[in-house]
Amino acid sequence: MAELFIFFEQIYRILFLLIPVLVSVAMIVWLDRRVWAFVQKRRGPNVVGPFGLFQTLADALKYIFKEIIIPASSNKVIFILAPIVTMTLALIAWAVIPFSETFVLADINVGILYLFAVSSLGVYGIIMGGWASNSKYPFLGAIRSAAQMVSYEVSIGVIIINVLLCVGSLNLSDIVLAQKDLWFVIPLFPMFIIFFISALAETNRPPFDLPEAEAELVAGYQTEYSGMMYAMFWLGEYANILLMCAMGSILFLGGWLSPIDLFPFNVIPAPIWLILKILFLFILFALIKAIVPRYRYDQLMKLGWKIFLPFSLIYVVLTASFLMYFDLLPGN
Amino acid sequence: MSLIRFFKTIFMIDFLTGLIMAIKEIFKPKKTINYPFEKGSISPRARGEHALRRYPNGEERCIACKLCEAVCPAQAITIESSEREDGSRKTTRYDIDMLKCIYCGLCEQSCPVDAIVQGPNFEFATETREELYYNKEKLLENGDRWENILAANINADSSHR
Repeated sequence: MAELFIFFEQIYRILFLLIPVLVSVAMIVWLDRRVWAFVQKRRGPNVVGPFGLFQTLADALKYIFKEIIIPASSNKVIFILAPIVTMTLALIAWAVIPFSETFVLADINVGILYLFAVSSLGVYGIIMGGWASNSKYPFLGAIRSAAQMVSYEVSIGVIIINVLLCVGSLNLSDIVLAQKDLWFVIPLFPMFIIFFISALAETNRPPFDLPEAEAELVAGYQTEYSGMMYAMFWLGEYANILLMCAMGSILFLGGWLSPIDLFPFNVIPAPIWLILKILFLFILFALIKAIVPRYRYDQLMKLGWKIFLPFSLIYVVLTASFLMYFDLLPGN
Repeated sequence: MSLIRFFKTIFMIDFLTGLIMAIKEIFKPKKTINYPFEKGSISPRARGEHALRRYPNGEERCIACKLCEAVCPAQAITIESSEREDGSRKTTRYDIDMLKCIYCGLCEQSCPVDAIVQGPNFEFATETREELYYNKEKLLENGDRWENILAANINADSSHR
């Protein structure tokens, strides 16, 4: 009986995390479209619900009722599996995100490693979808996406090393608590910028949306998908974006901590601060979508391998030397 | 690469300028209208849904001269006519296939008595094809419904005819 109780308690805790995440994914799609429209002096979706807030729910409902077309020449098992993999991987990563000191689903000691591993696995959903479609545009999109995500993961990994040097722990809660006095965005500002740009590339957002460059590749790896399977790709993509924003705010912007430990700020509950930081980063994502043109593929690769990777490596050496010289290494 | 260019790249000056500009644009008034709730102004010459007009005494204007049928480039208009008891020539059938129609406005221009006109209504989408095969009753009903606006539009445009 006790085991059953623990089992259901865990289920409820998971649902208590997942349902808000899914709802916020829907809201974030609306926010994205809305910010994009506002920069272009349009109105954006504003009819369904207050300020058009339920637009995504209406869209999702539409997708549910659409027919799922599976191409005759596709590898059907992998074709169906691909959106499920994308969606699942985008959601399981949320298990380690700490919303406050006590509110974290799985407070594992290698949290950041887990997060990094899961976000790296995300490329499998895309490459499975693109390859199993057995069609040229999805295949090209999948190849591009795989190459792009692998390249930028390398620099994200090195950036994470920078943060870990300053923390001395892989636990996400420890990473946040280490920023109690000083957010890492201040000493590691260049790394924050590179992390942000790499996150754009990692999640296939403009200006690095080459995998789904609609002018060249129809819709990239999603071309053959329709109905709910397309919607799952789409939700998975936005869940990933949200995850990257959460990762950025935990690594650099002090996670759930309030900016200053003074009266009006420290009474606001911790999860609100994390949500505000995620929103701030996401609005930046959305603004960038509106203002920058798409990169050329060779420029993208050049930026990843020739600029970001060496720069972040040099910064690792700099950070390590600085910490050694001033005897600031954590754990000493 | 010049030194200025180098610093501009490193500190992403151009990008930040663009970002600030985008943020400023957000707070400017919108250029688009909130369509189904507010509508843009429509020219008196707008070529929308067709209508057959009547004289103020209720008599149909159309004299079945079939100029519109002849001029219609899409051959969307079909007219049949016969003599009425009082000796006047009137249409017994006046059909417009709104799906064939290209809304060129030649029927309106060719009409000697301003009977067939295109009004400002462009929101007449239907759920079936059949509803868009307009017959004489439908066109006359349109004319009755839009008469005030149609007359005003023809009057406004009369000096250019």
